[in-house]
Amino acid sequence: MKNAEEIFNILKDNFGDAVIALDKDTPTEAVITVDPLKIHLVGEFLRTNEDMMFDSLMCLSGVDDANGKKVKDADGTDIIEGGTLSVYYHLHSVSLKHKITLKVSAPREDAKVESVENVWKCADWHEREAFDLVGIKFLNHPDLRRIMMPYDWEEGSHPLRKDYKNPEFYQGMKVPY
Amino acid sequence: MSLKTETMVLNMGPQHPSTHGVLRLELKIDGELVLDVKPHLGYLHRCFEKHAEAMQYNQVVPYTDRLDYLAAMGNNWGYALAVEKLMGIQVPERVEYIRVIVAELQRIASHQVALGSNAADIGAFTPFLYLFRDREHILSIFEDTCGARMLYNYIWVGGLSHDIHPDFVKKVKEFVSYYKATIIELDNLLSYNKIFIERTANIGVLPLDTAINFGASGPALRGSGIPFDLRRDDPYSIYDRFDFEIPVGKGLQGQVGDCWDRYYVRVREMEQSLRIIEQAIDHIPEGDVQSAIPKRIKPPKGTVYTRIENPRGELGYFIISDGNTNPFRVKVRAPSFVNLEVLGELCKGHLVADVIAILGSIDIVLGEVDR
Amino acid sequence: MYQFIYDLTGNVIISTLVTAVFPLVNVLIVALIGVYLERKISAWIQDRVGPNRVGPFGLFQTVADFIKMMQKEDATPTDIDGKLYNLAPVLVFTGCFAAYAAIPFSSQLIGSEVEVGIFFILAVSSFTVAGILMAGWSSNNKYALLGAMRSAAQIVSYEIPTALVVLSMVMLMGTLSLTKISEMQTAYFWNWNILGGATLGLSKFLLIPFMIVGFIIIFISTLAEVNRTPFDIPEAESELVAGYFTEYCGMKWAMFMLAEYGNMFAVSAIVSILFFGGYHSPFGYLGNSLGINWLIPYEQAFWFVAKGWFFILVQMWLRWTLPRLRVDQLMSLCWKYLIPYAVVNLVVIGIISLL
Repeated sequence: MKNAEEIFNILKDNFGDAVIALDKDTPTEAVITVDPLKIHLVGEFLRTNEDMMFDSLMCLSGVDDANGKKVKDADGTDIIEGGTLSVYYHLHSVSLKHKITLKVSAPREDAKVESVENVWKCADWHEREAFDLVGIKFLNHPDLRRIMMPYDWEEGSHPLRKDYKNPEFYQGMKVPY
Repeated sequence: MSLKTETMVLNMGPQHPSTHGVLRLELKIDGELVLDVKPHLGYLHRCFEKHAEAMQYNQVVPYTDRLDYLAAMGNNWGYALAVEKLMGIQVPERVEYIRVIVAELQRIASHQVALGSNAADIGAFTPFLYLFRDREHILSIFEDTCGARMLYNYIWVGGLSHDIHPDFVKKVKEFVSYYKATIIELDNLLSYNKIFIERTANIGVLPLDTAINFGASGPALRGSGIPFDLRRDDPYSIYDRFDFEIPVGKGLQGQVGDCWDRYYVRVREMEQSLRIIEQAIDHIPEGDVQSAIPKRIKPPKGTVYTRIENPRGELGYFIISDGNTNPFRVKVRAPSFVNLEVLGELCKGHLVADVIAILGSIDIVLGEVDR
Repeated sequence: MYQFIYDLTGNVIISTLVTAVFPLVNVLIVALIGVYLERKISAWIQDRVGPNRVGPFGLFQTVADFIKMMQKEDATPTDIDGKLYNLAPVLVFTGCFAAYAAIPFSSQLIGSEVEVGIFFILAVSSFTVAGILMAGWSSNNKYALLGAMRSAAQIVSYEIPTALVVLSMVMLMGTLSLTKISEMQTAYFWNWNILGGATLGLSKFLLIPFMIVGFIIIFISTLAEVNRTPFDIPEAESELVAGYFTEYCGMKWAMFMLAEYGNMFAVSAIVSILFFGGYHSPFGYLGNSLGINWLIPYEQAFWFVAKGWFFILVQMWLRWTLPRLRVDQLMSLCWKYLIPYAVVNLVVIGIISLL
């Protein structure tokens, strides 16, 4: 069993700048922020290291932080420019029974995060979901397609973004009914 | 002379008798041999998570019913637990006890459907109806309790929507003693049936390391032989007060982690749930079930991830609060969604008929796979 | 029966038609009652009520279903092989229907008293395979194709143990005629083949265990031939939707259904003729003791139908109790167990009959 601070320190020792911050202020759980392009290395380390043994990825969630600038679109609706999209990784060790939350943030306009699919297999569909609904691109993911929405849903349209607008038509069918 | 052979793509679903809803499986088959399975999801997608962002915290509860509609109590509870943790609410004892009892009843009801549909997929239709007959008792208890048979909206943030019915304790006790005797019927009729064993033993073997790496949980994980149960390993509510065992797959009829093990774990889990109910039912304290329900739910800024042991596995709610009355983000870690991912791995090299048996033994509910 | 009507009318065509109508009516009645019983019995087994709306105890449910079926639009999928598609249900039904020609319902009531009755039945019931393959191929549906392939493999394989058991019985009885086989088991139930046949002696008692084995083998394999659970894998609802008749609807589908229930009765009849005295009463005849000779054929018909229905009930009981085998297990059951046992049984019965 290790608490978040110990884990943070070990990660900091091993990865230096790739591990950005430890956020302990949230009332319920501590979050370690990691570089989005190094997350697969951190993940691999956490899974294989003897003191860590995070063999199970409980949950992977894509989040639109909506921390950018709100601007008016051409047709008067709000859209968000700038800011970040984040991915939360909730890890758990079946053998050591400790938990940790990782977070990576990538710029909203071109959100690229390394895939952890080959670290934890179950990340496959979770990442597809995050790509589908939030629009985060996972690098080196073997099969990054939409999963919930139809495969031919409008390119670049991701429903869980805070400034998502319903398209008028899908395949010639009227969407808002 | 050599004959030219081709592999065939068989599209199973979205409308198919045994895909348990609207799942589409793209099978690549060579004769009857399955070479590859590709699930296609999303036919039941209704963007629960987007809905949740537009609702106030307490208004989300009825939506959670629709996730795993065979285990709606668990869904309510998981969500309530997450928000309670975020706000630091301590719920009264009475509420805790009632929650445990209804959740365990729900587990039995859900397993009954799971076992029944698994049996029906394999061609044994009679056990299916026997199980549904017994499930009816639980549903009528729930109907007395909260007025609904399937989508309860019963467990609210901080409390319950209604107090229990005056007959609740009596009826639950009746059910427990009835079902303890009846569960043997299932064993005799199905569990040790030679044909059933032939169809499920050594089929779809899920090794433990694969199961963990794929994030499998619930009976699918325990069938592979590890006693990992969140009620014991990450205790929530008052589960640490009860004495119960965690059934695991032992490979009694074949290899550890085959379909029969997953099936059998569910049967034995129903017995353990009965045990928990027996221990809890006599100790429900008096009190008000709504005293802890906050007038206005406005949690502080922060994130929370809670998980509970739903009948199908680890149901997690990840909630981000930005300090408003609406959740900023709700992500559901649905057990069926994660468990289904392993299907492709399990089906390779089996026959078409086995795909059905394996899918039945994983036990998915499309309501929470697609959300 | 043909002879009787021919004597009555003196016209070949009329007597042929009348004789042919009889099995048709019989198949219809079997299907009508069979479907109703299937539902009612499954309901009793499964702790349900079953059909109870149409008529008293839901007795007219199947009639209502039949009327519904007749009214249905004959929807055909596109890109089918039309000729084969339309021919298939007819062929399947013919295979079942033709078998009735040689089944002796009583000593009088038999469509055609062919000397090679059992051989004829085995031959024409193989017709069904062709129909099933046609249905599966012409439907242009992968499920139907898979179902048809399974079904053909299954029926062809299971004909072997059936034929082997039939062969051993023929060897023992020395005749292929079903009437003669029945007549040899006359009088009381201890003369039935399952209890060693009519000739008293050492061989009778030696035969009993092998007769029981033979009966079990032929019962299992006929069960498989008519595609009933646990051998219903060609239709395997949960895997292949409906197997080879996935794409059929309305009356064409009903033809498959009729054939299934007709076949159920036909195989039950064969089993009861070979092992259970055919149309003979187990306890002697009321007509004999009362001295009313014309009553005997009716009694015989009653006993024959009763025996047939008894085996149908057993089939239904099995169907609602057991899960379904997988296709490879089904095949290995046939080739690895039934056929070797049937061969051994054949040899042993041959030796015993020499004694």
